[in-house]
Amino acid sequence: MTNLFLLQLLNGAQLGVLLFLIAAGLTLIFGIMDFINLAHGVLYMVGAYVMASFAMLTGSFWLALGLTVPAMLICGLLLEFTVFRALYARSHLDQVLATFGLVLVISEGVKILWGSAPLTVPMPDLLSGSVGLIGPLKYPVYRLAILVVGLASALGLYVLITQTRIGMLLRAGASNREMVSALGVNVGRLFAMVFAFGAMLAGFAGAIVAPILSVDTGMGESVLILAFVVIVIGGIGSIRGAFMGALLVGVVDTMGRSFGPIVLRMIMEPAAAGQLGRTLAPMLVYILMAAILFARPAGLFGRRAE
Amino acid sequence: MKRMSFVIAALLASTSISALPALAEGVKVGLMFTLSGPAAALGEQGRNGFQLAVAQMGGLGGMPAEVVVVDDEQKPDVAANKARELVERDNVDFVVGPIFSNILMAIHKPVTDAGKFLISPNAGTSNFAGADCNPNFFVTSYQNDQSHQVMGAYAQSQGFQNVFLMAPNYQAGKDSLNGFKRSYTGGVVAEVFTPLGQLDFSAELAQIAAYQPDAVFTFMPGGMGVNLVKQYRQAGLENIPFLSAFTVDESTLPGQKDAALGFLAGANWAPDIDVPESKAFVAAYEAAYGAVPGSYAMQAYDAAQLIDSALRKVGGDMSNADALRSALEAAEFKSLRGKFAFGNNHYPIQNFYLTQAIKRDDGKYQTSIVQTIFEDYQDTYAADCKMK
Amino acid sequence: MRLMGRDLVALLLFAGFAAVPLLANLLQDPFLLVIATRMLAFAIAAMGLDLVLGYGALVSFGHAAYLGIGAYAVTILMRLGVYDIGLHLLAGIAAAVVFAVGTGAVSLRTRGVYFIMITLAFSQMAYFFFVSFSALGGDDGASLPQRSTLFGHDLLENDLWLFWLALGLLIGLFLVCRAIVGSRFGRVLCGARENPQRMQAIGFVPFGYQLTAYVISGAITSIAGVLLANQAEFVSPALMNWHRSGELIVMVVLGGIGTLSGAIAGAVLALLLEETLAGFTQYWKLWFGLFLVGIVLFAPGGVQGLVARIKLQIGSRR
Repeated sequence: MTNLFLLQLLNGAQLGVLLFLIAAGLTLIFGIMDFINLAHGVLYMVGAYVMASFAMLTGSFWLALGLTVPAMLICGLLLEFTVFRALYARSHLDQVLATFGLVLVISEGVKILWGSAPLTVPMPDLLSGSVGLIGPLKYPVYRLAILVVGLASALGLYVLITQTRIGMLLRAGASNREMVSALGVNVGRLFAMVFAFGAMLAGFAGAIVAPILSVDTGMGESVLILAFVVIVIGGIGSIRGAFMGALLVGVVDTMGRSFGPIVLRMIMEPAAAGQLGRTLAPMLVYILMAAILFARPAGLFGRRAE
Repeated sequence: MKRMSFVIAALLASTSISALPALAEGVKVGLMFTLSGPAAALGEQGRNGFQLAVAQMGGLGGMPAEVVVVDDEQKPDVAANKARELVERDNVDFVVGPIFSNILMAIHKPVTDAGKFLISPNAGTSNFAGADCNPNFFVTSYQNDQSHQVMGAYAQSQGFQNVFLMAPNYQAGKDSLNGFKRSYTGGVVAEVFTPLGQLDFSAELAQIAAYQPDAVFTFMPGGMGVNLVKQYRQAGLENIPFLSAFTVDESTLPGQKDAALGFLAGANWAPDIDVPESKAFVAAYEAAYGAVPGSYAMQAYDAAQLIDSALRKVGGDMSNADALRSALEAAEFKSLRGKFAFGNNHYPIQNFYLTQAIKRDDGKYQTSIVQTIFEDYQDTYAADCKMK
Repeated sequence: MRLMGRDLVALLLFAGFAAVPLLANLLQDPFLLVIATRMLAFAIAAMGLDLVLGYGALVSFGHAAYLGIGAYAVTILMRLGVYDIGLHLLAGIAAAVVFAVGTGAVSLRTRGVYFIMITLAFSQMAYFFFVSFSALGGDDGASLPQRSTLFGHDLLENDLWLFWLALGLLIGLFLVCRAIVGSRFGRVLCGARENPQRMQAIGFVPFGYQLTAYVISGAITSIAGVLLANQAEFVSPALMNWHRSGELIVMVVLGGIGTLSGAIAGAVLALLLEETLAGFTQYWKLWFGLFLVGIVLFAPGGVQGLVARIKLQIGSRR
C-alpha cells in the first residue's frame, strides 16, 4: 500500500508540473494584462500537433522538440499581434467571447490540417523503458523526465521573476500596470513578450506529453479547465501560487481517483464505496477549489479581492 | 399511434403538415457515425465500409441510393437531435449507426418511433437484445457482452486466478466486465471504472503494478485504447498478459504500433479470416482508403449488404414494412465473416475468435485469428425477447 | 424611449416565432418547428442569464447546471410516475432555487474572475454528479418514456403544441423579467453593478439583491431545461457541460447584454448560424468562431450595439 501511495504521489506530481507549465503562462497573462484567455488550452494542443508534425518530418524527437519551442513562440507572437492586442482594453466578457471563438477556430483548423484521427509521437530511445523503484514497482523513465523538466522550468521561472529586470517589470506590471507604463516601460512590448512566452510554455507542455498521450483535438479543453482551477486556487498573477496550485490539483486528482474508493471501503460496503468513490473522484478538484475560495476569496497567494 | 382528442385534431388540421410520399425510384439511408473527437477513427471505418459497399454494388437493391452522413460527435444529446432530423426532415428509409452504445440508447427511440428501420453496425446493448427488443431494430455486429465473454472463456482456459478488470464508466463498459465475468469464474483483484475519454492511465497502471495480477482484461475503444496500450508498455507491465476487446484492433493499431504486438483480443472477425469475400473486401478497402479495415468497417459493409438483399427480396417496394422486415430477417447475403444469421431478437448468431496483433510484411499492423472460441454463438439475452 | 425600442425588438421576435408554424407548413418542413422550439428554450435560458450577467454584472460561467437541473427534474419525476408538466416545472424551479441559494451564497463572496471560476466549479460538480449517477443513465443519459402531459393529456407529443407552450413561456417570462428589471429591485441591482460602494453608502447591501437575482435567474434557466428535456425526449449530463455555459454567455453577448430582448435575439442568431453554417460545411465551427471574433473586434455590443450605431449614424446624417 505504501508503494502504491508513493507511485501515485509521483503520478500526481507529474500531472502537477504539467499543469504548472500551462498555468504559468495563463496566470501571467491573467495577472499582468487582466486578460481571460480561454484559448490558452488550444495552444497546448497546437504544441502537441506541431511536435507530431516535426517528429514525422525530422524523425528525431530532440530535433522536433527543438523546432517546436521556437515555432510556438512565433505562433504566440502572431496571435498576439493579430487578435489579442485589440482585446486588452476590452471587458472580460468581450475577452471570453472572442477567445471562445478562437478556441472554435483553432480546434477546427487543427482538424482540417491534421485530420480528426489521433496522432502519436514516438518516444526517444534515451527515455523509453522504465526504472525499478521499490520491490516490483517500476516507473516509466519518460514520466520521471517530465517531472524533472517541469521542476527545472519552475525553478527557472522563479529565478527569472525574482532575480531579473524583466521579472521585476512583470511583478510591477501585475500589481500596478499604469505605474509601470508611466515609468516609461514599453508596455505593448512587455505584453507581447509575456504572451508569446506563455504560448511557448503551453506548447512545450503539449510537445512533451505527446509521446505518452495521443495527440487529439480534445486535449486542450480538459486541460484548460484544470489550468483555470489551478490559477484560481493559487491566486491570479502569482507564479508561486500557480506552482502550489498545480501540485495540489495534480496530487488531489490522482490520489482521489485511486484511493477514494479504498478509503471509503473502510467505512461502508464495497459496492456502495465503489459507486460513491467514482462519483466523488472527479468532483474532488472542484470541491477543493470551492472550499479554498470560500476560505480565501482571492486564492491561496492572491493579493487582492479586487 | 398516439391518442389524440378530437378538438386537438381539428385544431391541428389547419396547420397539419403532410410528409411528401417517398419517391419510389430510390432509397435514402442516413448514416450516423462518430466522425470527430478521439474516437473518430472508428466512425470513419464504419462510414467507409458502408460507402464502399454502396459503390461496389452500384446502389442498394438495384436502386440508386442516397446516403446522408451525419456526425454524432459521440454526444448522446447531439445524436438524439440529429436522429430526429434524419427521420423527420431528411425522411430517410433506413438509419445505419452508431458506433457507441450510449449513442444507440439515445437514437433508438426517435428512429423506431418514427417507424423507420435502425440497423446498428456496431453497438449492441443488452436491453435491446432482451426485454426491449424492437421489430424495427437490427444489429449486424454482436451483442456487447459477446467479445468480452470470449476473453473470459480464454482467461478461464488459461487458469488465471487473479484478473484486473478495467473499463470506461458507461453502459458498454459495464456490459463488457459483466460479459467477461459470465464466462470467467476465477478471482478478480479489482474492478476499475475510468471516466469515458480519459487518456492518462498512470493512476490505474500504478494499481496494476502494485497488484501484480495474472492478467489484465480491459475494454478501451478508440483513443483511450491507443494511450492505454502505449502507457502499459512504458510502465514495464508487458509481462502481465493484456486481454482486451475493441482495444487492440485495426482502428487503434496505427497509433499503438509495436506497443500492441502480441496483445490478445476477442472478435467476430479479423482481416485474415479465410472467407473469399472478406479477402476481396480487405484488398478493396486498403486500395480505396489506404488503411487496414477493422470490424467496424466489416460490419457496416455487411449492413449495406443486408439492406441490399432485403430490398432485392421485396423488389424495391418499401411501402409494406412487414414484408421488408421479413426480408431483413432472412439476411440472404454473403457476410464477410462467413456464416451469419439473425436470432429472434435481430442480433446475429456467429463465430467468435481469439485474435492477436501482428505486424505484416508491408509494415502495416492488423489482428490475426489465433483460434476459434465459440461457434454459432447466440447472445444470452435473446430468451428475454418476446419476438419470435 | 430606449426601453420602448427594446420592447419593439422583442415584439418582432415573438411575431417571427408565431409565424414559424405557418412557414413550416408552407415549406413542407416540419423540422422547422423542432428548431424553433430549441431556439425558444435557449432564448429563455439566455434571458435568465442576462438577468445576472447584464443587470448584475455577475458573469456566471455555470448556468448550464440549471438547464441540467430542470431536465433531470423531468427524468426523476417521470421515474416516480409523475408526468404533469406543471409539476415538472415546479420541481425544476424548486431544485434550481435550492441549488442557487447554496452556491450563490458562496460564489457571491468572490468578485470578478474568481466569481466566473467558482460558478464554473459548482456547475462542474453538478455535471460530474450526474455523470456518475448511474441510476439515471450516468454519462450516457437516458431517453424519456414520453413527453410531459398537460392537464392529463399528452398534447405535447405533438411538436406544435410543445412549440406554442415554449413560446407562451418565453413571452410570460419576458414580461416577468421586464417587471423585475423595471422595479426598485432592478434599479438597486443595476446600482450595485455600477458602484457597489455608493449603494452600500446609501443603505443598500448588494449581497441580498444579487443573491435574489441569481436565484431568479437560475430558476428561469431551469424552465428552459424542462423544455429541452421534452423537446429531445432525452436527458444527459451533456446539457450541463461547461461548453454549454459558454454558449449561453455567447448568446447573451451576441445579442447585447442587459437588454433581455438582446438575449432572445442572441439565442435565435446563434442557433440560426449553427443551422445554416452546418448546412454548408462540416467545419461550421470554424466560421462560427471567426464570426464571434469578428463581432468582438468590429462590432462591440453585439447585434443591438450594431443596430444602435447604425441608428446613430442615420440620426447624425439627418
